[in-house]
Amino acid sequence: MSAGAKAALGAALLLAATPACAERLISALSTSRVLIASNFTGADVVLFGSVERDAQTVARRGGYDIVVTVTGPRENVVTFRKQRVAAIWVNADSRTFVRVPSYLTVLANRTINEIADVNTLRRTQTGLARTLLPQEISGDIADSIRDDPFRQAFLRLKVDQNLYREQQNGVTFLAPALFRAAIPIPDNAPTGSYEVDVKLFADGVLLARTQTALEVVKVGFEQFVASAARDHGLFYGLATAMMAFLTGWFASVVFRKD
Amino acid sequence: MQIYLPIAELPVNVLLILFMGLAVGFISGMFGIGGGFLMTPLLIFIGIAPAVAVASVASHVAASSFSGAISYWRRRALDPSLALMLLIAGMIGTTSGVWVFTYLRSLGQLDLTISLSYLILLSVVGGMMMTESVRAILRARGGRPSEIRRPGSHMWIHGLPLKMRFKVSKIYVSVIPIWVIGFFIGFIGAVMGIGGGFLLVPALIYLIRVPTGVVIGTSQVLTLVTMAYATIVHAATNHLVDALLALLLMMGGVIGAQFGARAGQRFSGEQLRLLLGMLVLSVGLRFAYDLVVTPPDLFTMRTVEETQ
Repeated sequence: MSAGAKAALGAALLLAATPACAERLISALSTSRVLIASNFTGADVVLFGSVERDAQTVARRGGYDIVVTVTGPRENVVTFRKQRVAAIWVNADSRTFVRVPSYLTVLANRTINEIADVNTLRRTQTGLARTLLPQEISGDIADSIRDDPFRQAFLRLKVDQNLYREQQNGVTFLAPALFRAAIPIPDNAPTGSYEVDVKLFADGVLLARTQTALEVVKVGFEQFVASAARDHGLFYGLATAMMAFLTGWFASVVFRKD
Repeated sequence: MQIYLPIAELPVNVLLILFMGLAVGFISGMFGIGGGFLMTPLLIFIGIAPAVAVASVASHVAASSFSGAISYWRRRALDPSLALMLLIAGMIGTTSGVWVFTYLRSLGQLDLTISLSYLILLSVVGGMMMTESVRAILRARGGRPSEIRRPGSHMWIHGLPLKMRFKVSKIYVSVIPIWVIGFFIGFIGAVMGIGGGFLLVPALIYLIRVPTGVVIGTSQVLTLVTMAYATIVHAATNHLVDALLALLLMMGGVIGAQFGARAGQRFSGEQLRLLLGMLVLSVGLRFAYDLVVTPPDLFTMRTVEETQ
């Protein structure tokens, strides 16, 4: 049996062992479409959620924990490491990360390590450090160990670009079963479909999970330019070159002295 | 004042981009260079993806050099027949350069090749221009006549066949070295992503002995055609030309180029060469600094095309 299947079976057994469907998660986003217009400088999408309990469910001793994971469109990324070769620094090694999220935000109501034990967190891919980041290593595609320097560098660079984020206080409980989280969409967010995954934990156990999605799209002028560049590249190029000539000619007419 | 760039996919400060266009345009108008080797690193520095920066700068350079070329044309400070000869060879050079570019990228060492070529070319050319112009200035100070045109001192280049008379430049030389220079500039331009004006200007002055006053306008004609061609090719193949970014750069660039061209007229040829030499050398040293000094972060990353 493969490790993946084992983990899946383990998760299924674990889910079966807990009182099934005792709690339900309901969530809603303030908007399902983030519009990128000329004045876009980033946005916040607010997620509201509530934990529904049926009559016979007992109250949880430790209260509820919520982890919201937002995953942007996937992309392939090459990470290079520089090395000194004969006095100059060159890109010596590289690793390719395959189909990793271009954007990843993890929001929780408290320190993620306190929400559940390491195995549960790893199995449910909860938190930046425990998200699968498959690398292509000599033809095979596999995730590396957590302290792999390339993996750490990848996470650090993504966090520096505001594209990856983990916030321990990103989820606020408004009432014991009602919560709110602000999902930051930075100004450099890639366009496409974003998955929003909400996990409910109590006493270190994953109780319920719900998924929704949001879309980041260009509108108006931004959308017109982007689709012209993509679909009619040659005409777009000719138009840009014409624009260059017109601008150049216009300036020389305006500034003509004689 | 922020505006979102549709292709670069991030917001930028409009005034900052306009100012950058203005500054680089001024330099390009003054020296008759495209300014791509200054603008591309600047754009990368403010966070624009290198591929988008290279592709969009091409159209900015085309606009600046068109505006500059018109001013020089009005002053009859460019040689159309010389420009035509350079262009013919330049186009062939560009096409073969694109081919080598693709080959180097498949080998995976394109970035290093580009950095090293910048370093070597800029340092050598900048250093040569500086020493030569300092010597010329000192000679002029000493009261001796400058040696711009010495009828007796023909190099071997002037003994080649296929001679042609270039009326505006008042020279009678073989077209073979002109074709070689045009090819080389087109080739280098495609591989390094630059217009090559800073190489063309000294090559025409020192090898062909074209008068300094005519060189700059002629060089701008070559730059404008190759960069317009590059814009169209980049847009048609990579879809990476950001028209909004290009427009902002152009608007600053053409105005800067006008003032630059005027400012350039106030300096003597030697002084211009000294200034350009210093500029080229300092950019070359900057590349050397980046290659030699331990970078703050050893890791870099780049999004690649979806392979499937």
